[in-house]
Amino acid sequence: MEQRLVELQQEALEGIKKATDLKEINDIRVSYLGKKGPITEVLKGMGKLSAEERPKMGALANEVRDVIAKAIEEKQAVMEEEEVAKKLASETIDVTLPGRPVKTGNHHPLTRIIEEIEDLFIGMGYTIAEGPEVESDYYNFEALNLPKGHPARDMQDSFYITEEILLRTHTSPMQARTMEKKEGKGPIRIICPGKVYRRDNDDATHSHQFMQIEGLVVGENIQMSDLKGTLDVFAKKMFGEDREIRLRPSFFPFTEPSVEMDISCKICNGKGCSVCKGTGWIEILGAGMVHPNVLEMAGYDSKKYTGFAFGMGPERIAMLKYGVDDIRHYYTNDVRFLKQFSIHE
Amino acid sequence: MFVSYKWLQEYVDLSGITAPELADKITKSGIEVEGVEILNEGMKGLVVGHVLEREQHPNADKLNKCLVDVGEGEPVQIICGAPNVDKGQHVIVAKVGAVLPGNFKIKKAKLRGEESNGMICSLQELGVESKLVAKEFSEGIFVFPNEVTVGDDALELLSRDDQILELGLTPNRADCLSMLGVAYEVAAILGKEVKLPKPEVSAINESASDYISVTVDAPEDNPLYVAKVIKNVKVGPSPLWMQTRLMAAGVRPHNNVVDITNYILMEYGQPLHAFDYDRLGSKEIVVRRAQQGETITTLDDAKRTLTTEHLVITNGKEPVALAGVMGGANSEVETGTTTVLLESAYFVGAPIRKASKDHGLRSEASARYEKGVDPNRVRAAAERAAELLALYANGEVLEGSVEADALKVEPAVVSITLDKINGVLGTEISMDEVQNIFARLQFVTKVEGNEITVTVPTRRGDITIEEDLVEEVGRIYGYDYIPKTLPKGASTPGKLSDYQKKRRIVRRYLESAGLFQAVTYSLTNETKATQFALDKREPVKLAMPMSEDRSVLRLSILPQLLEVVKYNSARQNDSIALYETGAVFLSTEQDKLPEEKEHLAAAITGLWQQHPWQGEKKAVDYYVLKGVLEGLLARLGLTGRVEFRQATVDGMHPGRTANLHLDNEKIGFVGQIHPNVQKELDLKETYVFELSLKALLEAEIAPLQYESIPRYPSITRDIALVVNKEVVAGQLSDIITKAGGNLLREVSVFDLYEGDRLEEGKKSIAFSLRYFDPEKTLTDEEVTKAHEKVLDAVKEQAGAVLRG
Ligand SMILES: [Zn+2]
Repeated sequence: MEQRLVELQQEALEGIKKATDLKEINDIRVSYLGKKGPITEVLKGMGKLSAEERPKMGALANEVRDVIAKAIEEKQAVMEEEEVAKKLASETIDVTLPGRPVKTGNHHPLTRIIEEIEDLFIGMGYTIAEGPEVESDYYNFEALNLPKGHPARDMQDSFYITEEILLRTHTSPMQARTMEKKEGKGPIRIICPGKVYRRDNDDATHSHQFMQIEGLVVGENIQMSDLKGTLDVFAKKMFGEDREIRLRPSFFPFTEPSVEMDISCKICNGKGCSVCKGTGWIEILGAGMVHPNVLEMAGYDSKKYTGFAFGMGPERIAMLKYGVDDIRHYYTNDVRFLKQFSIHE
Repeated sequence: MFVSYKWLQEYVDLSGITAPELADKITKSGIEVEGVEILNEGMKGLVVGHVLEREQHPNADKLNKCLVDVGEGEPVQIICGAPNVDKGQHVIVAKVGAVLPGNFKIKKAKLRGEESNGMICSLQELGVESKLVAKEFSEGIFVFPNEVTVGDDALELLSRDDQILELGLTPNRADCLSMLGVAYEVAAILGKEVKLPKPEVSAINESASDYISVTVDAPEDNPLYVAKVIKNVKVGPSPLWMQTRLMAAGVRPHNNVVDITNYILMEYGQPLHAFDYDRLGSKEIVVRRAQQGETITTLDDAKRTLTTEHLVITNGKEPVALAGVMGGANSEVETGTTTVLLESAYFVGAPIRKASKDHGLRSEASARYEKGVDPNRVRAAAERAAELLALYANGEVLEGSVEADALKVEPAVVSITLDKINGVLGTEISMDEVQNIFARLQFVTKVEGNEITVTVPTRRGDITIEEDLVEEVGRIYGYDYIPKTLPKGASTPGKLSDYQKKRRIVRRYLESAGLFQAVTYSLTNETKATQFALDKREPVKLAMPMSEDRSVLRLSILPQLLEVVKYNSARQNDSIALYETGAVFLSTEQDKLPEEKEHLAAAITGLWQQHPWQGEKKAVDYYVLKGVLEGLLARLGLTGRVEFRQATVDGMHPGRTANLHLDNEKIGFVGQIHPNVQKELDLKETYVFELSLKALLEAEIAPLQYESIPRYPSITRDIALVVNKEVVAGQLSDIITKAGGNLLREVSVFDLYEGDRLEEGKKSIAFSLRYFDPEKTLTDEEVTKAHEKVLDAVKEQAGAVLRG
């Protein structure tokens, strides 16, 4: 009997070893370990054994059973693993094929510039003031110290609708409107972005419609040094920490003193190149201390309050930042142009 | 203003400072120098030549064979094509080996068989603009007017060894429209003296007042009129140095009399006019406003009709000049003129601006009057002109001048405290420094304690208030030395308004949905202005448009956006998705500002989705764009408040267009462009929407409130309803929602069937209804009760039959 059990174990283990698929393994399990299997058969003959031999033989039979069961299990695990590996191998895909595109658009480059500037100044306590694109002569000119007949009106040849109404030539009317609303009291910090219009023939550097973004700060004791410091922060955030600024005297009817701000040329680092026309500086914006007439007309006491204002063209800034070479691109909206502004540095 | 570096040295010592250095300093302290032109750049080998012989070229009608002495060795033979070359002339010769602008090298050549050793040059060949070359030389070579030495450097004689600073003058700095003005500015910057010309006139023993009388009938327009008389003038070319200076300043030389008046204009900034005294027709000058309809023929031979807003100089009977703008042809100085009546006057800006604008005549003179001349230079300029006429036109100056003087010249006196100066600039400049700055500007000052009182010279008419003084101090002190600080004191919280915040959300949403932002023009033509307009009002028109295509303001964005779609389609881009936000303009009452409303528009065409190698392609359709809109409404918390109602809109597909109603108020539309319109615009199937962004963003919504996550399961029941074809899904869904009560939480369409298996004129729409109670697990019974109500309602209200 013992002999028989050892033989059975041998036979079974050999069978397991030879088995090539899960079905064969299963057959082996059924045939050796099943209720009608040979081990059970062997155990059935145990009645013939002595009382001492019986438990010994029983233990051996169980041992054989366990050995076979364990071998089956192990072989099964190996085979399952192989099976999975085979299945996965058959599922291999070409990972270099293009993915399903996610359709996205993006901001127009001018919006991108304007939002960047807005956010920068919001961080410094400014709010955004927007107003009408069709303006009265009063807010567009007179309230800004440009009375009728002032020669500087020629600087901004305009589209009139009636004698008193025109398309705004700058976003400065919002300065006058905002000050007027405050009724001469309290500080102001605003940024005014928007479309403006001038009588120009459209070409690579001129557009009858363009964007402007202006800033106005009014308060007690606002100084020109504050303007310089503010513009310095702006220039460094917008064009890079290593940029330097310089203020040059200029003229605008609504500011006195008036300045223009240049930044050091990024391309030649101030040494002079074709982009900066050999000067090492690039003109960015106009600014100045708010003219007392402008403050007074809007109801602010110019003895008590001072202020500064600045204004710039997003088209020009985008040209400098991104190298756009023709202002008409902004208004043609060629998708091949627009989609280049999806990347965020 | 073009400023000759060489000429400027006559008034200010510029030793030790080059033209580019000077340009940099001027720019930094107030006037932008837009460029520095080197006149002799890239040129060499040009000398004075003397034409000894000239004969016609044996083989060419239009060529001359010249024998020219160039000051070294034997005279050389030069072939010259200029019609005005002749024996005896002193000319500019580019010798063999010379270089002209554009790196044009002169070589020995053979022209039609004759040797040519160099070239006789025109001024244009030296890089002078044609419009600056005197008429007599404009078609040929230049001939030196006076004695010159053969072989001398021609560029030096012509002052081409000069550099020209181009000043970009702002309107306030009209004082720098003269060499003297620039000299004062440069002297202040460099801390140097100004050397003024001191005219010396030795008059003959005859009095100007015996020749002329002056009456001004319009003293408010012409407060000062000075007339001088110069006899025995010989009209001829002006000296070479004067011609070259005029050319440097951008003025074309004519003859000595005209050149002298122009020279004074450039030197003093004071316009002068020379009349031929003998052709004046009387012995009096009367200045007055023109009569309505009166005419004058000006120097340019144009007959001009005048109004009472124009100022004229008359001989007592008829106009002889349009004051400050242009002289009359009847009294013009000619070759034979012998007696000159010289006018130096102070005209105020307004009538001059009016005349120059009405007649389209902008001259160097009118530009200066418009911006204001220095009243204190009127007499000095007249004296200086008389001196030059005596020196260079053989003139005899009559004793004295005849004047009509109603001018009161009061220099501006402005006081300011040191605290104010430093307070505005943010600096700590001392009173000594401030005084020094004004001294450099040659402003007279008086200091009392903390206050400085400044008497501003009349040449600086731009300085009238304290802030102007602050600017003068600041710019001469140097803005480079102003510190950088940030505003102190009360600050304001920086933020976007709700509207601005939401608009950014709209933009970002649409972009993530696949649309690119476009920005188009507000000005358009009359046809496009009202196309697709939500509110069809008469468009706002420009009074004087530049073109028909940009003559009115838009009432809708779509026409412009469709232009963009068309532009891109024509450039091999078939799939386009764009949106724009911007104002449209609605006219209100005459003389009132139009109402501006912000709109949102979008246009899509071509494929919406595509993934070719997986065979996926989805073309745009109504539901694509509606889906985008629904997503937007959801983002803005307006789901359920906006209805899409089948509608007819001009230019839109009649069966594929819906109006959008927000709380029952129409705010826009969405749909397909009418196929006819698509064809007109060369577009493929294109879907668009345009709506009032303002209405969307200003709609008030309830504050966001958390709703607990369901703890109990929901029960879903699907129904397929057979209805007449006219019944729309929205209608059914409304009925279901209303009838379903509190437990019905979600209604969605999951199938649509129209076809053979249904009766003619019928369709089947299948809905999925989800019932749910947040408080407990629903029983089948409860759901059935609610569901039955739904079935009854759709049957009753829409004739819907449950599909078996
Ligand atoms: Zn550079």
